[in-house]
Amino acid sequence: MRRRPNYLAGVGSLVWLFLVGLPLYVMLVATVQSQSDYSRNGPLSFPRSITFDNFTQAFDAGFGQYFLNTLIVTACVVGVVLLLVPPLAYAIVRSRSRVTTQLFRLFLLGLAIPAQAVIVPMFYLISKAGLYDNLLGVVLPTAAFCLPMSALILSGAMRDISPELFEAMAMDGATPRRMFFQLVLPLSRGGLSTIVVFSALQAWNGFLFPLVLTQSESTKLITLGLYNFQTAHGMNVPGLLAAVVLSMVPVLLVYLFARRALVQGLMGVGGK
Amino acid sequence: MTTQLTRNQPAAGSRGTARRGSDSSSAARVGRPGFGWALPATVFFALFAIVPLIMVAVLSFMSWDGLGSPEFVGMDNWSRILDDPVMIKSVWLTLLVTVLGVAIQTPLSILLGVWAAGQQRNRAVLSVIYFIPLLLSATAVSVLWRALLDPNFGIPAQATWLFGDGNLFGKQATAIGVLAFVSTWQFTPFHTLIYQGAARAIPHVLYQAAEIDGAGRYRQFFHITLPQLRNSVITSMILMIVGGLTTFETVLILTQGGPGTDTTISAYYMYQKAFKGFDFGAGAAIALVLVVAATVISLIVVRVSGYDKMRSSMEGLS
Repeated sequence: MRRRPNYLAGVGSLVWLFLVGLPLYVMLVATVQSQSDYSRNGPLSFPRSITFDNFTQAFDAGFGQYFLNTLIVTACVVGVVLLLVPPLAYAIVRSRSRVTTQLFRLFLLGLAIPAQAVIVPMFYLISKAGLYDNLLGVVLPTAAFCLPMSALILSGAMRDISPELFEAMAMDGATPRRMFFQLVLPLSRGGLSTIVVFSALQAWNGFLFPLVLTQSESTKLITLGLYNFQTAHGMNVPGLLAAVVLSMVPVLLVYLFARRALVQGLMGVGGK
Repeated sequence: MTTQLTRNQPAAGSRGTARRGSDSSSAARVGRPGFGWALPATVFFALFAIVPLIMVAVLSFMSWDGLGSPEFVGMDNWSRILDDPVMIKSVWLTLLVTVLGVAIQTPLSILLGVWAAGQQRNRAVLSVIYFIPLLLSATAVSVLWRALLDPNFGIPAQATWLFGDGNLFGKQATAIGVLAFVSTWQFTPFHTLIYQGAARAIPHVLYQAAEIDGAGRYRQFFHITLPQLRNSVITSMILMIVGGLTTFETVLILTQGGPGTDTTISAYYMYQKAFKGFDFGAGAAIALVLVVAATVISLIVVRVSGYDKMRSSMEGLS
């Protein structure tokens, strides 16, 4: 059996459990208290009475609309990624032309381009394209910035497909298109679900693009809603934290059901 | 590619005649996708990532207020930001926050990742909780910690024995401490995942051999685990550096760059210049500094480590 440096890591893991657990506990406890109770008792005390007013308040503050907007943007980003990345990864893994090798390097460099770096020209481009304050104007850059990591993950999954399988299909006279649909896509399901989860997370949690590319209530996304709520009603901590909890719910659901896909994909074994 | 060919050749040969062998090698050429498959993604990526990246360089020599047309002003933006003490200070602050992030998160996430890759019985349950910060948006994390660390209504007000006067946002040192802590809280789970995966992929044989040689737990860690995690350390460090250089939400929500300009790091200063001061030219110049810094540092890490010589880019992640 393989042995591990258990004690040090064990202690570290307990400290980490405390650091992660405590704020989450405080958050959940705060959301079921009234604002006056919270201010009086402080964040560390146990709630004396339970209320769900904070959640209704959050909905009244517009979070229902933000929630819907974020869902739309997330679905569109995932759609664009699923349309573009599988053929790209297929070409990266199977094409023998020098161009695609260089292309892969380009996308890898893309991993190092931060969204902050391009936000000024992005604002210019999106405004000129008439997409300012339009959800589509958030979808396009968000999807583009999901491409490098998605290409990396999916090409990793596709590389695991045995060359003999391609060889066998080639002998049967299969075209690249047929191999793509009948061999590559079915065998990289793990990688596909990983890039779905990855890009959905990016879209759901994105902040900078919505911050500078939208302004009205009708196009507000949930992260921006949180930020505005904090600036406007920062004193109302229970209401604010209820909004934070609401913003987490869908992600937590996905995490519970697709944790394996997420974890495996980040480890680069999505196809297995 | 050559190994693949030599691997395929005997297989084709063993199936029978020379004719079939030559068939399969021509089919191997025919059955491969062309550049066309990569074209849509490349065009899209070029349009929304590469073109803006080039435009950032162009805009840094122009003056634009966000409404009219940009006008060429030469080096004006550059001489202004290079003379700007807040800008110079922001570069140092950015480097400080980045170095702090790498220095704190790397050991922590290696430790946690190796631990999480082990066989402990409680591991499965605990790791569900561990990775929750990874799922929250930077916005949610910052809003949460802003509320928890509020000087009047937060934890510091209740635990004065630990926090003193409780106003963590009022002094530069503690404000930077808060930024480093919140980033660590948020990003350590991600890096832990990288190390967990890598640690699981280390062949058991190595540990068995070390055990036979009588190497203890700590020697195994330093002589097997750490060297085997090398590629992951590089991957994780590049991501940490890029992440650190572009820290934005945490500053915007937690400190607003304050007290004064004591936590105004470059990405936040760029946002302020461009979108609050409507000085988009200066914003573009600061952004270009960030891109160049992130790229240069990443390239140095890649070159120094020999990461670019690896056969598969996934080696660091698996």
